[in-house]
Amino acid sequence: MNRAWNSTLWLLSGLMARPASAAALLFLAAMVIVSLFADLLPIDPFAQRLTDALKGPSAANWFGTDELGRDIFARVIYGARTSLSTAAAAVVIAASVGIPVGLVAGFFGDWRDTVLMRFIDVLLALPAILFAMALIAVLGRSQMAAFIAVGITGIPNFARITRARVLSLRKSDFVTAVEAFGGSSGYNMFRTILPNAWSPILVQVVVLCSVAILLEAALAFLGVGVAPPTPSWGEMLRTGKSYLYEAPYYAVLPGVILTLTILSFDVIGRALASLLEDRHDAGGVQIERTAS
Amino acid sequence: MRLAEGTANAGPVLSVRGLKVAFAVADRHVPVVRGVDFDVYQNEVLCIVGESGSGKSVTSLAVTGLLPETARVEGSITLGGVEVNGAGRDALRRMRGEDVGFVFQDPGTTLNPVLKVGRQITEGQVALSRLRPAEAEGRAVELLRDVDIADPEQRVRQYPHQFSGGMRQRAVIAMAIAGQPKLIIADEPTTALDVTVQAQVLSVLARRQAEMRAAVVLITHDLGVVAQVADRVAVMYGGRIVETGPVEAIFRSPRHPYTRALLRSIPRMDTDEVRLDPIPGQPPMPHALPAGCAFEPRCALGSGRPRCREEEPPLSTVASEQNAACHFVDEAPPAPKVHAMARPKMAEAEAPPLLDVKGLKVHFPIKSSVLQRTTGWVRAVDGVDISVRAGETLSLVGESGCGKTTIGRTVMGLVQATAGDIRFDGQSMVRLGPADKRKARRRMQYIFQDPYSSLNPVLPAEDIVAEPLRIHGLYDEMGGAERVAELFDMVGLSRSMLSRYPSEFSGGQRQRIGIARALILAPRLVILDEPVAALDVSIQAQILNLLQDLQAELGLSYLFIAHNLSVVRHISDRVAVMYLGRIVEQGTRDELYSNPVHPYTQSLLSAAPDPDPAARHSSRRIVLEGEIPSPAAPPSGCVFHPRCFRADARCCAEVPAFRPYPGLATWTACHHAGPLEQNPAALAEVSR
Repeated sequence: MNRAWNSTLWLLSGLMARPASAAALLFLAAMVIVSLFADLLPIDPFAQRLTDALKGPSAANWFGTDELGRDIFARVIYGARTSLSTAAAAVVIAASVGIPVGLVAGFFGDWRDTVLMRFIDVLLALPAILFAMALIAVLGRSQMAAFIAVGITGIPNFARITRARVLSLRKSDFVTAVEAFGGSSGYNMFRTILPNAWSPILVQVVVLCSVAILLEAALAFLGVGVAPPTPSWGEMLRTGKSYLYEAPYYAVLPGVILTLTILSFDVIGRALASLLEDRHDAGGVQIERTAS
Repeated sequence: MRLAEGTANAGPVLSVRGLKVAFAVADRHVPVVRGVDFDVYQNEVLCIVGESGSGKSVTSLAVTGLLPETARVEGSITLGGVEVNGAGRDALRRMRGEDVGFVFQDPGTTLNPVLKVGRQITEGQVALSRLRPAEAEGRAVELLRDVDIADPEQRVRQYPHQFSGGMRQRAVIAMAIAGQPKLIIADEPTTALDVTVQAQVLSVLARRQAEMRAAVVLITHDLGVVAQVADRVAVMYGGRIVETGPVEAIFRSPRHPYTRALLRSIPRMDTDEVRLDPIPGQPPMPHALPAGCAFEPRCALGSGRPRCREEEPPLSTVASEQNAACHFVDEAPPAPKVHAMARPKMAEAEAPPLLDVKGLKVHFPIKSSVLQRTTGWVRAVDGVDISVRAGETLSLVGESGCGKTTIGRTVMGLVQATAGDIRFDGQSMVRLGPADKRKARRRMQYIFQDPYSSLNPVLPAEDIVAEPLRIHGLYDEMGGAERVAELFDMVGLSRSMLSRYPSEFSGGQRQRIGIARALILAPRLVILDEPVAALDVSIQAQILNLLQDLQAELGLSYLFIAHNLSVVRHISDRVAVMYLGRIVEQGTRDELYSNPVHPYTQSLLSAAPDPDPAARHSSRRIVLEGEIPSPAAPPSGCVFHPRCFRADARCCAEVPAFRPYPGLATWTACHHAGPLEQNPAALAEVSR
């Protein structure tokens, strides 16, 4: 646990050392905290005051009000809840299926590899947005359709990335060593290989988060996302575009927040990838080897 | 290769003065080379010897301006009178193409895999307009012929993957000499090669060098190679040259305590001295150098004297042409400790062997890439009988690809045997179920070659050592944390290191962790796969001593897999020599080393570079032609016949049986087995 904690600290300090990723990290952290504790804030995304409909930004309504007189700032914050929870659920689904599939396929490399990877190829052929709309046709409008669709279409990435890492670790001596001591395949996969394979997986988690948020927004924009009155950024864009002339802030401000969120995930994903790669290199350079 | 007359009045080809190299790491400069002076003259071979981190490779890169931007280079480097340090890009490029040739360590990565070998050899010369493109191929053929590559007209159009390792390194030499350079820099040119191939490559390099009267800077850690090829030697330690002089002087009367200790720590082929005299401690890291003499913490002579601790000794003349950097260079070295260590021999010939391998065959299928159909078999191990008795060491020796590692892995149960039987402690291991196999593995353990890849980087040392206990569910039963700490004591690691991660340990310390891990289940047999091949010479001696002590203390049996004949001689009771999946000769250590009867054993012994400059003119040198054939298509009859100097028609047709050699306790598989001296044909071959 100690090491996991140290690695987390090391990653965070690495991200904070670069201005772009530091800004992205702070933005996302603020977003997560505010959306977690939104109930404690003196804001209400559902309170309608039709007399105040479509008012511009003011001290009382920072982002203005919508066509029903609801506070757009409050709806953006509660919308973050929808977006981030969709992302989290999608990552859980994709990782919990994709990682074991990749581990087993890469570790055994026999018929299991062939069967599992063909299954992954089938998933890879599914277009996320069509799949999500098909799910919605079955399940009805809900947040669930979005995260199930992103979760399932995210499985192949996790499986392939894990498998690639397993293949390169599979032949290392420390894995053979566990085998030589009589360690089972399960022990080797989950206790030896997986802890050495987390870095590309972590990058994938961040990438999938931004994909999930974008898809959730897209579904809501198409009018098949979460059912109103639950706040969603995509839904706000959809309604806001009808008032683009009289109340441009209505669509623009949620759009800016959505863009910033996705941009932040991408910046962090990129920073993580180069950070982890650097560490990999440093590990190799530190030790000057004498060849046999 | 001797220093030619007439070079005295010519200036040096390469002259280095006050060379300092520091690398920018984070926000500080780490000094890697700290003031190096040397000259190399025409037709002279200067060997730079040192352990990892001594700065030897960085020195050679600095000489040609190949260091990365992060390096800060100070001092003067003149090549043929022209200053290199600070020279412009174009000047450097021209200099590298015209005046300097390089031979790097790994021929596998020096050549570009997508270009034809011939084109690569002449590429630099064509680019510098020293050779017309139309003449390039002809010149490449000529160069390949110069480096003894058979059929150069065909080979010149082939790609690197069609060349074997030794041929690739010879192609790299051809590339290095393409521009008739004044200076050849060879950085560990034979380290990646097998011993018989190493002998071929060194002889090619020596012949071409003598012909061109080029100056050579050869960087190596192998004192055997130094003794064979050097005219002068520079010993580096902690970024400085600590001793330099003619090769005979360095080997006969070394004056610096480090040189002395280094020479004493290598196992010798010609002695049976039981215990090595290792240098204690670890080589210093460039970022944590001691304040005074860099060698002081490990030195037997200084042993904590204040002057050594505070003041860095300058390189001063100690004899004609010999310099050493030591404050107390005139003091007699402390007498080498006499390590009388009687090895308790528990082996009884009558007792059934602990490990008994009979008729072992391991064949791997070759699958065609399209249909996954098996199109052939790699006969990695092809009928091997070995036995290891309780308390003894049996060594398997051979060059890469001979199947020695496969035997170790098959015995360990990591690779499935194709045929034959492996009995451990009377019980057959071949058809055990997974549960019984697990149980049997408790008594048999494995130590890996590479201490850098055999430890899980995300676990602390204590968990790595405890892992076998946890896997077998014996952690509490066998004493848990206390048992782990005991093992740490046993292998000479401090208990304060228990919670450190592998990356915080040096190579030698990591190998100790690997040994502790292998011993924690109290095994009876330990399979050691090249356990010291990846270690520095001074560390190698420490580990070999540790292995011998542990064997005596715990009554272990060792199956020792190695390619280094002097290490094998040092540690073994019995030795089996392998060639292409078979054992060609097996006998007691003394018998095998003093009276080898199989031609392969004889050539292997004669090809191993002897760390004694006087031995280089010995006539007993057999340089084998060619390289080990592929085990996928072994030659007919005796597998050694295409390279053998005694082969006749019978050898091509009939597989020799493995049987006792009359008059000796040796078993061999050869139609013409016999001592070298008795065979006039062999001697004729040797003198050729």
